[in-house]
Amino acid sequence: MKVLVPVKRVIDYNVRPRVKPDGTGVDLANVKMAMNPFCEISIEEAVRLKEKGVATEIVVVSIGPQQAQETIRVGLAMGGDRGILVQTDQTVEPLAVAKILKAIVDAEQPGLVITGKQAIDDDANQTGQMLAALLGWPQGTFASEIVKDGDKLKVTREVDGGLQTVALNLPAVVTTDLRLNEPRFASLPNIMKAKQKKIDMKTPADYGVDIAPRLAVVKVAEPRKREAGEKVADVDTLISKLKTAGAI
Amino acid sequence: MAVLVIAEHSNAALNDATAKTVSAAKAFGGDIDVLVAGHNAGAAAAAAAKIAGVRKVLHADGPAFEKQIAEAMEALIVPLMAGYDALFAPASTSGKNYAPRIAARLDIMQLSDISAVIDKDTFERPIYAGNAIMTVKSADAKKVITVRGTAYPAAADGGSAAVETIAAPAGPFAAAFVSEELSKSDRPELQSAKRVVSGGRALASAEQFQQYILPLADKLKAGVGASRAAVDAGYAPNDYQVGQTGKVVAPELYVAIGISGAIQHLAGMKDSKIIVAINKDEEAPIFQVADYGLVGDLFKIVPELTEKL
Repeated sequence: MKVLVPVKRVIDYNVRPRVKPDGTGVDLANVKMAMNPFCEISIEEAVRLKEKGVATEIVVVSIGPQQAQETIRVGLAMGGDRGILVQTDQTVEPLAVAKILKAIVDAEQPGLVITGKQAIDDDANQTGQMLAALLGWPQGTFASEIVKDGDKLKVTREVDGGLQTVALNLPAVVTTDLRLNEPRFASLPNIMKAKQKKIDMKTPADYGVDIAPRLAVVKVAEPRKREAGEKVADVDTLISKLKTAGAI
Repeated sequence: MAVLVIAEHSNAALNDATAKTVSAAKAFGGDIDVLVAGHNAGAAAAAAAKIAGVRKVLHADGPAFEKQIAEAMEALIVPLMAGYDALFAPASTSGKNYAPRIAARLDIMQLSDISAVIDKDTFERPIYAGNAIMTVKSADAKKVITVRGTAYPAAADGGSAAVETIAAPAGPFAAAFVSEELSKSDRPELQSAKRVVSGGRALASAEQFQQYILPLADKLKAGVGASRAAVDAGYAPNDYQVGQTGKVVAPELYVAIGISGAIQHLAGMKDSKIIVAINKDEEAPIFQVADYGLVGDLFKIVPELTEKL
């Protein structure tokens, strides 16, 4: 079974985002970028499926600027077989991403798509579900466990009340949550090997997808600041402060 | 103009998130209908009919809707949207699961997790783990929206809308519910609790999490949360996680114990009314958002606090 893993290049998890003074967005100039953490988990799961003999080939896809090639290389160093970069410098919204991915799925015919449940920049949590809908495929979102069970895929999902398990017909789309696995670090030999792996260069026009945004950004602002309060000396002071504030 | 609000419920009862989503729909304007898609969910439909400001309740009943399987929700709701200008769903794990499928089928770019309605095209939503608030204007004629649970208060009861039964697609669907393991607790539900006690990595074990966090939560009649680090380490179940990718809470009192305060955690709790932080590291970032900070050993402080309350 071929597995397609879409990945996104985003601001590094450890960097604190700063809103641009002119309110047009978040300042990404000279900021460390990395693979979206949920996408790393997706690659790791695909590699584990390959190690178990369930997956035969892992195709790593990214839609974004030229530098997203580096993000694909990280996926290839972790165990992906080849890459596809759909290059554009425009902002591509989840709906347009899903449309491009659908065209890639139509061409590549994978049996499974594994992608992150959300990107830590726009926090949209849409792409996997949208792709599944456009393909008419079932979905297992927020996955904490994936098991191939005969011709079905059993996906355990992290839901508000606890855990839920669904059985999906294949092909299917899975979106990954934090507890699915712990992504490996690519070894130096694998990073070197990944440089030889093939990345196909494409554009959104190659797939005939209109990526014009539907959402216009009016402004981006800092959230309301919370003032740091006071340190209290002991439990008794804390309790009396909370009583005064009416919190207890 | 008409809005379809998708109810969050357990079949037997309506979840608070439904009335909160109705409030957001009221800010959008127009007639508000609530869809209760479930199985043997008559009680939930009756409760939805009591929310003030609801024009009517659509009640669809079928086995695939007992757990609101996304593929079934898509089949039910996509045709219904012919009669509506907007879909409003709670940004719960359920709403996040089905809403984008509906948006994609309708060729609409969804607005996720909105925190405010500005006008019928313009909305605010947090991005970058709440480190920025984006105002966006949608060019789509219809809207598909999920609403952050802390953004709007629950609409009050006082209505008496008619309940109209509608046909539910029978399937078969390409996905089926198998089983669930729900956390059982007599404590208030995390997202609707007025007080929340959360534990972090410093608790150091599942046993100590239970031994120190739960008695304090019981004393305060609080819901229990946890940081991602504590959940990843197995000290607390996944549904306790507060943060960017977990639950967003805004209780009247939030007590963070042994939580350093990574930006991803702050994203889930910094709108709480009063924040108390207990941490041995006085430089911990949690103190920058805490109203009252107590620096010291949680294993001494928490039992003392529990005892004296």
